[in-house]
Amino acid sequence: MTRILQLILMDIIRNRVVIAYTIFLALATWSIFFLEDSGNKALITMLNLELLVIPLISILFSAIYIYNSSEFIELLLSQPIKRSQIWINLYLGLAICLLLSFLFAVLPPLLLFGYLQNSIWLIVGGLLVSIIFISLGFLISIIQRDKAKGIGSALMIWLFFALLFDGLVLFILFQFGDYPIEKPMVFMSMMSPIDLLRIMNLMQLDASAMMGYTGAIFQQYFGSTIGTWLTLFILGIWALLPFWLSLQKFKKKDL
Amino acid sequence: MIQIEHIYKQFGKMEVLHDVELHFRKGEAIALIGPNGCGKTTLIKSILRMVLPTKGTIFFEGKDISVSGDQYRRNIGYMPQIGRYPDNMQIGQVIETIQSLRSDILNVDDELIYSYQLKQLYHKRMSTLSGGTRQKVSAVIAFLFNPDVLILDEPTAGLDPIASEILKEKILSARNKGKLIVITSHLLAELDELISEVVFMQDGRVQFHKKVDDLKSDEGTISLSKAISNYLKRGVA
Repeated sequence: MTRILQLILMDIIRNRVVIAYTIFLALATWSIFFLEDSGNKALITMLNLELLVIPLISILFSAIYIYNSSEFIELLLSQPIKRSQIWINLYLGLAICLLLSFLFAVLPPLLLFGYLQNSIWLIVGGLLVSIIFISLGFLISIIQRDKAKGIGSALMIWLFFALLFDGLVLFILFQFGDYPIEKPMVFMSMMSPIDLLRIMNLMQLDASAMMGYTGAIFQQYFGSTIGTWLTLFILGIWALLPFWLSLQKFKKKDL
Repeated sequence: MIQIEHIYKQFGKMEVLHDVELHFRKGEAIALIGPNGCGKTTLIKSILRMVLPTKGTIFFEGKDISVSGDQYRRNIGYMPQIGRYPDNMQIGQVIETIQSLRSDILNVDDELIYSYQLKQLYHKRMSTLSGGTRQKVSAVIAFLFNPDVLILDEPTAGLDPIASEILKEKILSARNKGKLIVITSHLLAELDELISEVVFMQDGRVQFHKKVDDLKSDEGTISLSKAISNYLKRGVA
């Protein structure tokens, strides 16, 4: 572990937002398992919560953290340290902290209630969605110099993927339902990481009825195994591409 | 030691540096002077690669800094015009952080910490510091690792007379050790005793680069501020 990563980790762990986030996730998970009587239902409620809350916190926290560390970044840059090293370590630091909070909050109840085996994909999904939205947060903070505008854009992106995108899909379905639009719909669902994660999880839970339209097509086209790998691959792109773009921009940024 | 070749820099439509060509050699003490907004700070930040020029190359000890990697900055101590530090860190933490990043350097020069009596303020948070104390921290960091090159952007602005006297002593002793020193300042009278060469910039262009003594004899005066004002008056006439 490099010295820079140590410094960043120490700084983030002391941050109150991370602590509050961990406590909130833990409380939510415990109460879901206490309240829901059937296991599968609890897992699906978990999934919905996960896909709503984690993106919001990940994108906002990472964007705000980058804005607030501009001084620290400048201090490091006057020393013989590569720009890419600073940026990558910031990403690693944020990812490690948020992933650990998630695992720390969610694993104990899953273990205790004996759902660990069924919830592997739920956990994978939570980890992936964290990384993807941290990555998007980095991209926003480098594109938008102004902090207030940056936070606004982060909220817009979250709103779009978490709520509006589904509506858009539904709207297109109703409008063009008479045409063979299965293939375009599969393609369209790849445009939203949250949708993809939902499909991936529901394919594993075998809750076909709840998979929705795109999920059913996914299964029909690719079958469960190939479908899962394909979604994983695209989610990987979602996790790395925005960060890679932000890294390229950071290397050329004037400070 | 530092060779700047045909540097151009544009911020949007505004041209900040236009065809700047300069050579700085070891043992020189150079003053970069010029009106506000003439591109001094941008030029300095280009040498540090905090600003990336639109066109042109800068060589440090013969190596193009845009391809040689960031290790060349080992040999540069930089004191920014406005030092920005993480608000929630204490003075001591900032200095220790920087030191821990440069643990390869064993003989640190912490003389300024003692002459500025910063140890007593080590537990103060950066957000509570006055502008002058911030400048002192910046000065400490610039000199800390015995660099061969010192780049000081308005070093004495905001310092009280005693503190700026201490800093000037420090700059002079560094000059006597044969280090390359680049200073920007508006206090010409103060520069007079520190420097050996003058670079005068205006509107992003280098107007002249002369030895102080040559400049003074050209302008027929013994003070630097007189010489500059004579030069400017001639330009207007």
